[in-house]
Amino acid sequence: MVAFYGTDLCSRLMLGTSQYPSPKALEAAFVRSGAGVATVSLRREAAGDGTGQGFWQLIRDLGVPVLPNTAGCHSVKEAVTTAHMAREMFGTDWIKLEVVGHADTLQPDPFGLVEAAGILCADGFKVFPYTTEDGILAGRLLEAGCEVLMPWGAPIGTGLGLNNIYGLRTLRAQFPDVPMVIDAGLGVPSQAAQAMEMGFDAVLLNTAVAKAGDPAKMAEAFARALEAGRLAYEADPMEPRDMAHPSTPVLGLAVLS
Amino acid sequence: MKLTVNGTAQQIVACDLAAALVELGYGPDARVATAINETFVPAGQRARHALSDGDRLEILAPRQGG
Repeated sequence: MVAFYGTDLCSRLMLGTSQYPSPKALEAAFVRSGAGVATVSLRREAAGDGTGQGFWQLIRDLGVPVLPNTAGCHSVKEAVTTAHMAREMFGTDWIKLEVVGHADTLQPDPFGLVEAAGILCADGFKVFPYTTEDGILAGRLLEAGCEVLMPWGAPIGTGLGLNNIYGLRTLRAQFPDVPMVIDAGLGVPSQAAQAMEMGFDAVLLNTAVAKAGDPAKMAEAFARALEAGRLAYEADPMEPRDMAHPSTPVLGLAVLS
Repeated sequence: MKLTVNGTAQQIVACDLAAALVELGYGPDARVATAINETFVPAGQRARHALSDGDRLEILAPRQGG
């Protein structure tokens, strides 16, 4: 069991709801993986459209907590206003805070992120900041009131996996008691397992599942990888060593030459 | 008065936000969140929120997200 802001989740997999080939495929991915959280967003709605209501009904029927995001926001003002609109719309004070610093890389703007996090935490939000592996930035976010960090694996939608293993390992070691979610950049389940083996608490992904040939099967694969990786972390893996070391006893070896 | 609604110019006669939503075709049960001039306006305050000519209105609804 894993908990964020005092809420127990049934799975360490947080799954996005975008880019699926159909609503049915989205639903199947959640059912088959048992994902513990669904991420959602807000976008413009035309009168009489009804798209938003239909989507919301689908998500409610999944029966999992929702984590609204501020995706696409480039300024503190945009992110804060979007967060307030999301809190009313989705009835949750959880917010995945994204303040995009660059349109091509989608890299977080560290300065805007800290400022927005401070405003939202003071307003009673439970902020999940999408950040980098930068430990100084992480410290500032914690000082701003965040109790969870969401460092990126790699830039959003790239599928490159854990781009900076050293940086992520350092971040994990620097704040051993802070719940951390690897958010974005994963492409295949082995990368999620690796994140778990390193001691991260959960993984948030979307594109790797939604763009797979069989999203439901890939979602299950990620869920199993997360379980395996977490189990391995709890089992305390051996330390790697440079030199070979026989696993079969040398003592008692017959002399046959 | 003239408003910009979700980026498009619209002419309305309503004087407050709640009435404007109805006039624009959003039913009373429409699941939307609103902002005027980049500031959030809670649903409970829409009827008291007077509109001004040139206001920018954003009307948002749940969507897929990652």
